Amino acid sequence: MSINLPKDPTPIAKVPSTENKTGGWRTFRPVIHYEKCIRCYICWKFCPDAAIHFAPPEAHESPKEALAKFDTVEINYDFCKGCGICANECPVNAIELVLEENFRGDEE
Amino acid sequence: MKKLTIPEEEYMLPGHTACLGCGATIAMRYVLKALGKNTILSIPACCWAVIPGVYPHRNLEVPLLYTAFEVTGAAISGIREALDALGKEDVNVVGFAGDGGTADIGLQALSAAAERGHNVFYIMYDNEAYMNTGIQRSGSTPMGAWTTTTPGGKKRMYKWEPKKSVAEIMVAHHIPYVATATIAYPEDMISKLKRAKEIKGPKFFQILSPCPTGWRHSPDKTVEVSRLAVQTNIFPLYEVINGKYKISIKPKNPKPVKEYLRLQGRFRHLTEEEIAMIQKNVDENWKALLKKERCSQEEE
Amino acid sequence: MRMILTGNESAAWGAKLSRPKVIAAYPITPQTSIIETIADFIANGEMDARYIRVESEHSAMAACIAAQNTGVRTYTATSAHGLALMHEVLIWASGARLPIVMSVVNRAMAPPWSVWTDQLDTMAERDSGWIQVYTQNNQEVLDSIIMSYKIAEKHNILMPTMVIEDAFILSHTSEGVEIPDQKDVDDFLGEYNPAFKLDPDEPAGFGSLIMPEGPYMEFRYKMALAMEEARNEIKKVVEEYNEKFNRSYSPFIEEYRTEDADAIMVVLGTIGSTAKDVVDRMREKGKKVGVARVRYFRPFPADEMRALAKKTNMIGVVDRSYSFGPGADLYAETKSVLYGYANIPVKNYVMGLGGRDITPQILEKVFNDMLSIAKEGVVDREVEWVGLQGDKRWS
Repeated sequence: MSINLPKDPTPIAKVPSTENKTGGWRTFRPVIHYEKCIRCYICWKFCPDAAIHFAPPEAHESPKEALAKFDTVEINYDFCKGCGICANECPVNAIELVLEENFRGDEE
Repeated sequence: MKKLTIPEEEYMLPGHTACLGCGATIAMRYVLKALGKNTILSIPACCWAVIPGVYPHRNLEVPLLYTAFEVTGAAISGIREALDALGKEDVNVVGFAGDGGTADIGLQALSAAAERGHNVFYIMYDNEAYMNTGIQRSGSTPMGAWTTTTPGGKKRMYKWEPKKSVAEIMVAHHIPYVATATIAYPEDMISKLKRAKEIKGPKFFQILSPCPTGWRHSPDKTVEVSRLAVQTNIFPLYEVINGKYKISIKPKNPKPVKEYLRLQGRFRHLTEEEIAMIQKNVDENWKALLKKERCSQEEE
Repeated sequence: MRMILTGNESAAWGAKLSRPKVIAAYPITPQTSIIETIADFIANGEMDARYIRVESEHSAMAACIAAQNTGVRTYTATSAHGLALMHEVLIWASGARLPIVMSVVNRAMAPPWSVWTDQLDTMAERDSGWIQVYTQNNQEVLDSIIMSYKIAEKHNILMPTMVIEDAFILSHTSEGVEIPDQKDVDDFLGEYNPAFKLDPDEPAGFGSLIMPEGPYMEFRYKMALAMEEARNEIKKVVEEYNEKFNRSYSPFIEEYRTEDADAIMVVLGTIGSTAKDVVDRMREKGKKVGVARVRYFRPFPADEMRALAKKTNMIGVVDRSYSFGPGADLYAETKSVLYGYANIPVKNYVMGLGGRDITPQILEKVFNDMLSIAKEGVVDREVEWVGLQGDKRWS
């Protein structure tokens, strides 16, 4: 008889939650219109899922030359649940919420 | 290159199980940004007992002791004393509990821990009801709110009693640091946490953390609702250092509380008279707070 | 070194010698003098421990859980209502696999208010996942605390332990007690080596949520295995302690004149010493009786109890508590392990509740009742309350 028992004596949770791809929860997908993005990082600041990260300045276009030296941001769709806080808080309306089903099939 | 107003380091991982637009999750993100990696957390029964995920998953980059509902004050006392006995005085010990676990079932243990004077942080993330069990009234639920145990009905059985002022209860413990904060003002919250970190002794934070699920607002409005709570004076931001009050943000032209209430389904039933009653309550509380701040200044 | 100590002072000495780093203390009669004695030790610099004066027993256990999970040895003490208030967190401590050692001074539960001895408080916690050791004298109180740390802290055990003493009969009664040398205790126990701890360098969530399809049941099964394994460790540690400190404890059941006994009385705690005196007296009259004092109720000494039953024709179980089940706890457990192993009469005598004195005279009557059952081979009634006011049978 072989029984599979956990190694630890009591539950000690050590595996990072990044294994859970919560992007599947999404109804609306926030899409950044980089031509409007002023790289203020307000979306990054308020994200409850820590699903917005920084990208090198040249990764995306910039509306102004003066902004082009700053890092830009990207949304990690593996985790973004689509709450829309980023779109609501964006001071220049650079983030649009698009119904997720419009992207169906894109991943393949 | 980037200009950031809050620390870049992230100690809260994505992939957690919080609801869309969860304010309590944003609060945790800021708390850990402010306090850093050298921190041990204790969390009782509350939304945050579930948010990190199902075993074997964790979404925090710091160790976390899950505990029973009412014991946060005792648990952080135990962790602190054990760390000090081991010569690890530099580790931050943080209790992170909801309003039910703080204002209600955990008040006794919190009060005792504060009175004993342990060098700990106690953070009450205030989403103004028992949200993890599905929106039941707590002592911290605001006046006029709908919850599943104050469901209105024919008798208009809503939560008519005023919200318990836990921050004021903590001030009465004569602890060195008490503050209120909310997620729409991360810079304020983080500067308070960093200030508190330099103080030895009990530090208490009440962080208003909007809950779209329980407050019945759209998840994208979490930060907006939090901001309005400050701009309408219904949840003033202040700190009390060694008994001295200092208001952090004084809205020049406070907005009517109605603007805050009408964004949230939990207040949808309120009549104009009831809103006026809440406005009166807000105004009185604000005046009382201004007076406390004035008294604190006069003493100096 | 030999000192005159009460049971509670003995408990405090046992704790002091074991060098816990965090003590959580809350007063309750008849336990209070344990935490007072420890306060004196710390105040006088004789003991190096953090002393948390909590606001309730619930917080006492919660603070011990948190401190122990941070990587230090802890100690607390309680009685009756304090233990009942701890119930939730007792189960937390065992589920979290924290080898906390706690003294419990057995006291009756209210109402009616009673501060005197009765074992309902600890019996009500028999399913909380704690090892339970019941003591008979002040020396055993002290020694059991030291042994309990050693057993509980083994990484194959990691189960918290209650060291239990009777209220007043031990807690407030002075006896000569041999105090082991600190160095010998240090050698015996060693530095505390936690199996796991809260550590900022190793982020982990201790005690997180598990869904029905997750290993919840497997973790509980591991606890059951550890409690079974504790039998082996108890035996080893008690033998090692006997050798090192010149004692003669039986690991699980202390038997007295049981070899040729027609009837054996099974007891817990201080009833054992009274019963032994009665046995001597009755033996002089040619009545072949014996006593078996159960030390460990958890894990329950099933094998030892079965072996005991092979030596006799009748077992009478004395319970100083009642459980509203088929008899009281010690009886129910005894009968349960004997089922299918020994076909002898077993009877439950419920007595001494609320601290009512269990005198040699009344125990002699119980022994005589047991002998007549042994002779006839039939139990008149399975559960009998002994010494109720007005009951001529026992007066």
